[in-house]
Order: sequence, then structure tokens, then C-alpha cells
Amino acid sequence: MEVPLNAQYIRNLIMGAHGIFDHIVHFYHLCALDWVDIVSALGADPKAAAGLAEKLSTWPKNSRHEMKAAQDRLKTFVNSGQLGIYASGYWGHKAMKLPPEVNLMAFSHYLQALDYQQRINKVVAILGSKTPHIQNLAVGGVANPINPDSQSALNMERLYYVKTLIDEIGDFIKNVYMIDVAAVGAIYADWTTYGAGVTNYLCVPDMPLDTAGTKFELPGGYIANGDISSFKAITSFKDDYFKENVKESIKHSWYKGDWNRHPWEEETVPNHTEYDRKGKYSWVKAPTFKDKPAQVGPLANVLCMFAAGHQPTVKYATGTLDTVNAVLSMLGSSTRVSVNSLHSTIGRIAARTIRCAVLHDALVNQWQALIDNIGKGDYATYNEPVFPKGEQMGFGFHEAPRGMLSHWVVIKDGKIKNYQCVVPSTWNAAPRNSEDAKGPYEAALIGNPVADPEKPLEVLRTIHSFDPCLACAIHMVDPNKKEIVKVKAF
Amino acid sequence: MQNFGLNVLVLGLGNILLSDEGAGVKAVEELERRYDCSSAVQIVDGGTMGLELLPYFEERSHILIIDAVKTGKKPGTIVRIDDPPAYFRSRTSPHQIGLADVLGIAAITDNLPRNITLFGIEPKQLSTGLSLSDEVSQNLSRLVDIVAAELEAIGVEVQVKL
Repeated sequence: MEVPLNAQYIRNLIMGAHGIFDHIVHFYHLCALDWVDIVSALGADPKAAAGLAEKLSTWPKNSRHEMKAAQDRLKTFVNSGQLGIYASGYWGHKAMKLPPEVNLMAFSHYLQALDYQQRINKVVAILGSKTPHIQNLAVGGVANPINPDSQSALNMERLYYVKTLIDEIGDFIKNVYMIDVAAVGAIYADWTTYGAGVTNYLCVPDMPLDTAGTKFELPGGYIANGDISSFKAITSFKDDYFKENVKESIKHSWYKGDWNRHPWEEETVPNHTEYDRKGKYSWVKAPTFKDKPAQVGPLANVLCMFAAGHQPTVKYATGTLDTVNAVLSMLGSSTRVSVNSLHSTIGRIAARTIRCAVLHDALVNQWQALIDNIGKGDYATYNEPVFPKGEQMGFGFHEAPRGMLSHWVVIKDGKIKNYQCVVPSTWNAAPRNSEDAKGPYEAALIGNPVADPEKPLEVLRTIHSFDPCLACAIHMVDPNKKEIVKVKAF
Repeated sequence: MQNFGLNVLVLGLGNILLSDEGAGVKAVEELERRYDCSSAVQIVDGGTMGLELLPYFEERSHILIIDAVKTGKKPGTIVRIDDPPAYFRSRTSPHQIGLADVLGIAAITDNLPRNITLFGIEPKQLSTGLSLSDEVSQNLSRLVDIVAAELEAIGVEVQVKL
């Protein structure tokens, strides 16, 4: 069946906006504090921090007043008693290398990012009706009525508001996020030698541009053994190269049995046994592509799109590496980085920034395509699906913020007979597979330096660089260190 | 009597797919079902949201949070914590942005009202499942009544729906 063009564009806009939101939050609010020392920012000279920031970027919110205001906020917060949410950071750790001024610049952008992530997430909410957990998707399209003459439908006012939000986030990505990552990456250039792990990279094409889903805004494919010239494209949903080469093993996972199967043939029967390093030791299955573990995520995505010659990717990858090299030369360092430096812990963080800029360009294109199509008088957003009779097997894929996501379904007589999700963090957090080959997290930690075993900051750096998906699990208050406040029972 | 300075958020948190973990969400659903609150109150199902919650914190006079809270007491026990930011001061989640982090970030960006209270209920089971345990389920109405009484004490008009 086909999906109306408007529905494709609306879905693409949501995917792009969600990816940008996720990448910005990951860098500033989930992983930056592995590299940026908040306490050190307290001792920075705001004028020098502004001078540095203004040298690197034309962003208007880099003045010494902005830096001073950020530092004052931090001071007030710290003086209020404790470090609060920052209490468990590894401040003053030997592996923290940024000068106080860079720490302050990064912290001021951390505060600004709180505002900008919210703006791009509004795009998801406007089109998806809430975020997270959007409500507008339907088999056959989307549930957004388009009507330029109605207040209660997707109209031009809403669409131009979406455009404003897209433009604002573009300024932030290109003038702040990319620059911060390049500056931090240059100072931590030694981290280009750690954390590569599994260098088979897998990603899928994304953002369909036609009703049949055969053409895509962003290319995808597979790279073996870190060799970019080995790239082989995955061309569409109909491409057997993807469909036939995905398998999962449970040799080392807490499920019943020991098999290595294609997702359509799988089952998921939990069978928790003791932790056994040689046997079963993880809830995660071990996915493989062409019987090998593969890394997924922004790094896989950027390297594959780079190999495919995707112009925006080539432009932003080259631009980011150039900025890193410019900072290195400013620092008087003779180290230089290239595309090969991306196979690393810090490279994964840089790739996420590059992908964020690529997604932004894609978002601008998708918005324009939607407007142009509505301008032609096409308001359709939904085709009623007809489920075929008998046993059907199908799958869908998407390049999610953490990497390639695929869902596999077997439908028999209109009912779901089997449903398996092979999700990005499963690829990256996989235990050993049926051949005992390590998954990306495990492999990436080999050779990782650890200056202080009591404070394994370097391990966090490498694992966080994958953007592990562990949210939406338990969300409960568990006060195990609670002397501070009284709990009154009713 | 309506107090014009009031702008109250009642926020239910939790994952309804993990039985008692979703108690906070079930509680705000019941609050809306059984009570009419004045327009000074916004009742929000916060689900498992993290940073997305920040805009909801802005310009509030009071925030009441309802969540499953593990204190080691009997399942179904209801607790009240009057200064959740202090409560969380020593805690942080390394991988995701949870309530503790959102409160911390709201504090550093000056978006935290002086009056913030957490109403918790002790969970029994957190396994996959859509329904609450008997212990939590039997105490949920009382939790909702306690929150409604708190709203009245703040000065919000609250009426039992007929």
C-alpha cells in the first residue's frame, strides 16, 4: 500500500525534529558533564570566556554578560548548599582537561540548550500532538487533517510557526553545538584513539520522498571493518540485502534456548538464570548483520552517508573536522584529525553533531516539500489500509536518534502472530553473539584508559558516547540516602 | 473563595506499563474523574517525561507531584515529602533525566516555586502489567483525597463531581 505524500513529509518532519532534540539533549545534558568540569567554571574569567567564544563563533549570546550571568547562576546554585544534580560528577578528576574558560562557555551553552531543545521539541508536539509518545501515526498515513482555512486543522499559521522553530534551532546547531563539540573535541583529541570497538557500521535510508517509499532524503547502508570504500547501499524497504541479513542470537542472553535466528523466526521467552560470564549474562539479545556484530547510531549513519557521497554530510563532516583542526592549531598542537579519527569515543560525539546539522538541512527540505505539495491543492494525509489475507511477513525500519531501528511482524489471518523489535541499543549493548564475538559497548571498552579505578570517568565517557537508551523504564523515587528531609506517613 | 495569585500544577508521574510504577498517573486520572478543580489548577499526566516537563514548571505558585515512592514501608503507604529538591540533593541518575534532574535544572534556571510537595505511595510490584496491586489500588482513592484536600488548603476551589 502507499502513503500520501503529505503524510510522508509530516512523518519526516517529526523524525528530523525528534532526532535534533535528542542529539542536543544528549550532548549538553547527558554527556557533556563527562568532559566539562562544572566546578572549574566557577573560577573562570567571564571576559576571557566571552573572548574565546566570540573568536570561535558569531553567536550573539556569547557576550561577557552572558558568561557572567551563567557563572552567577552556577554560584548561587552552589552557594545554596550543595551541588545538587551535579553532586555525583567527577569534578577535579585528572582526566578533566578543559581550561576554566572553556568550561564556563560550555556551561552557559548548557543553559541555553535547555531553551533550544524545548523549541525543536515543539515541532514534534505540534505535528505529533504530544511528545514523547506521538499520537498522530496511523497505518496508511497520519491523523493530521490539513486545511488552510480551518483554525482546528494543520493550517498555514501552524506550519509557519514550525518553520520559525526550525530556523531558530538551525542557528543554535551551527553556531553553538557544532562549535562546542569541535572545541571540546580538539582539547580531548587523544580520545580519537580510544573507544572504536566494533567498526562494522549499519544504517538504513530514511525520510521517504514518494508515496511508495522507494526514494529517500537520507541514504543508508553497511560498512565492513571500518573501511569506507566497502560501503554497500541499502536502497529501499524492498532491498533483500537488509531484509535477509539481520539475525539475533540468544546464546548469552536470558531467554529460553540457544539459537541464532532471523527476526521473523524468533521468540522472546525470558529465562533468567545466574550471571554467568561464559554463559548467559544479559537481557539484551545479540543482533548481527551478515553474521557479524555491527555498530549503529550517528557515527554509523554519518560514515555511511559520507561513503554514499551525500552532499550535506560531506559538507558538515568536513566542516566540523576543519574547525577541530583550526582549534588544534590555535592551541599550538601538531595533532590533526581526519574522517578516520571518527572511529572513536569522541568521534561518536562529533558524528552526532554532524548528523544533527544534516537533519536540520533535511528538515528545511521536508518543510518546503510539504508546503509545495499543499500549494498544489493536495490535502490528503491518509489511505485506508487493507490487510491482506493469509500469513504475511513484513518489517519497517527507521534511523532513530540512537541508530537503526527495525520492527518485524508476522500477521496471520488479520492477527499478529509474531512481533520482534530489533532496536538500536540492542545492537550496541549486545552481549557476545553465537560466535562469541563482542558487541560494540564491550569492544569499545577494551584499551580504554582508567586513571582512577574508584572514579571510572573514562568508562562513562565511552558508554555515554553511544547514547544508551535506558529511559522509560523505572521512574520511581527511591530515597536510599535520605537523611535530609522528613517523610511524613499518613 | 478564589485566590488570584494561585497557579498550581498537579503532576502525576510514572510508567503505566509497569503496574504500581504508574500509580502517579492513575492518581491524576482519578483526581480529574472525581473532582472539579478551578482554572487555577492544571492537572498533567507526566508519564515518563524528563526534560519535557520543564515548561510545565514555569510561573507556578505551587507544584504537587504524585509518584510511586519507595521508602521501605508497607505497600500502599502514602507519604508526603515537603521539600523534594532537598530530598533529591544527593541523588542523580547517570543515564537518563529523571525527576531529580528536572527539579535540579528547574532550580538552576529559576523555574522552581517555593511550594513544591511530593505525594508518594509505596509500590508493591513493578513487573510488566497494566493494573495496580491490590494494596496500591485500595489506597489510591485516599491518596487522591489527600491531594484534593491539599489543593483546598492552598486555597483552590475543589468540588466533588456529582
